[in-house]
Amino acid sequence: MNAKRLRALPLEFAAVTLFAVFFAPFVLVLINSAKGAFQITNAPLALPEDWGQLFRNIATIWTSDNIRYGSSFASSVFITAGSLVLIDLVASQAAWALVRTKTRVSSTVFIVFVAAMVVPFQIVMFPLLSWFRKVTELTGVPLLRNYSGIFLAYVGFGMAQSIFMFHGFIKSIPLELEEAATIDGCRRHEIFYRIIFPILKPIHATVLVLNGIWIWNDYLLPVLVLGKGNRVMTLPLAVSNFAGAFVKQWDLIMTAILMAMIPVVIFFLFAQKSIIKGMVAGSIK
Amino acid sequence: MRAHTEKRLVFWLFLAPALFAFVMVILVPFGLGVWYSFTNWSSSPRTGAGIAFVGLDNFVRSFRDPSFLYSFTITTAYTIVNVALVNVVAFALALLVTSAIRFRNFYRAGFFVPNLIGGLILGYIWQFIFNNAIPSLGELLGIAAWSEPANLLLARSPTALLAIVIAGTWQYAGYIMVIYVAALENVPVELHEAAQIDGASPWQRLRAVTLPMVSQAFTITLFLTLVNSFKQFDTNTSLTNGGPSAMFMGKPIFGTELLAMNIYNTAFISNDLAMGQARAVIFFLVIALISTAQVRANKKREVEL
Repeated sequence: MNAKRLRALPLEFAAVTLFAVFFAPFVLVLINSAKGAFQITNAPLALPEDWGQLFRNIATIWTSDNIRYGSSFASSVFITAGSLVLIDLVASQAAWALVRTKTRVSSTVFIVFVAAMVVPFQIVMFPLLSWFRKVTELTGVPLLRNYSGIFLAYVGFGMAQSIFMFHGFIKSIPLELEEAATIDGCRRHEIFYRIIFPILKPIHATVLVLNGIWIWNDYLLPVLVLGKGNRVMTLPLAVSNFAGAFVKQWDLIMTAILMAMIPVVIFFLFAQKSIIKGMVAGSIK
Repeated sequence: MRAHTEKRLVFWLFLAPALFAFVMVILVPFGLGVWYSFTNWSSSPRTGAGIAFVGLDNFVRSFRDPSFLYSFTITTAYTIVNVALVNVVAFALALLVTSAIRFRNFYRAGFFVPNLIGGLILGYIWQFIFNNAIPSLGELLGIAAWSEPANLLLARSPTALLAIVIAGTWQYAGYIMVIYVAALENVPVELHEAAQIDGASPWQRLRAVTLPMVSQAFTITLFLTLVNSFKQFDTNTSLTNGGPSAMFMGKPIFGTELLAMNIYNTAFISNDLAMGQARAVIFFLVIALISTAQVRANKKREVEL
């Protein structure tokens, strides 16, 4: 036992060192969020002279018109949560329909969805904007600079991969389960909501984690669909807006970053097992 | 008969929302996008009216534009270096957190955390590190060269590109690590024990047992990092925003403007939407090519197994 411990010692040392390197950026953000403009430029590595400055910086960010932290945070939560609920429900429904209906149409639709996984955002982003504008002109439904457009966009972009993952899992669910339910008098749609949907739990987790991390941190889609300096901002948009307006005001930028990071890190601490599991499962698919 | 009708109805009702969103955000814009890349499409108010077909003009002009050729070149270089560094670091971390050390699970979670921070936000963090923290560290250690403004990583294009690689590795290595960890944990302990009894050194065991057993994970991580690196945009924006400027083929260009940013800037800064769109089509073709190669590689492996 002791010999084994001894042999692991260099590895333990390597782990501690690497961990310190990986965590240094976070520590830098934290200590520099508690500094004033002067100390941060003079001594970025020193510990803060007065931790009270942290709260003064937070108050500044909280009331800043460029970041509007409270409403940006709420928008980020609303957009992420709303998109996740929609993606999960819409994709699982569609995947079940596609698996359980064996026609030429269903297999063609599935192939088109799968093929769309390789479509990068860049090729659709410019036409998407003019197309959304056109739809608004024609129907009066506002899609740009508005929640409805961003929900629609995330559901559209989330479809391919999510349907693919649900599809793979549903294929492995024995059909007898559904036949038994039909005999027991279950209507077709009830079979999905009552029986299939709950069985999909591990895939729900994967779909929520993968899409959640992407949507929460996404910058390009919100910047295009919502626009810079809009009433509705997500946190990444707000931070970039703030950093653009307060160039080199690192004390406040660091505080803004800290406040943008903390919610995700806290969330991760509570759900780390399922998050890591979900990420692994999603990558292997 | 009624059951059959109900089944068809449910099929279309269940599929409708997915199809609607997909058609609205991917299919139509994709079709429009390919069409626009062959036209003189512009963002002026006459959008939609009076778009004229110009053939391959946007593509020809793109390939004659030094800024595009430069972006293409550095994106390729960036992708190669980033794929290599992310995978080496991730694999080393994975070996470390599956070894006999204490607090393995703590380290796993810890190395993964940067992956939760978006590329945009972490770019600002690293800008501060490269421009402020490193010079200050140089002063503390008495290494004057580190605080020379001309020596800052972000001051010159090749090193600024390396800076994006460093920030990208910090973000992505933890994610790739957990994939390697999952693969490493699937290697049967008996194989290692047998090799050990046969007198294999740790290095020999790594080469003869571990690496072949996790080769499928390599296919996955390789393509994940390839596509991810090629699409780099967020960190590029916040860390360097394309700077510093440089010269290429006798023309001033942005020294770290990767392809995704070049597409964006061509459309919104040079105000040439059609040419930006043509570049996006080229961008798509490269990614489609990489993805096809991945599907092939996976198929081949399945046959072998």
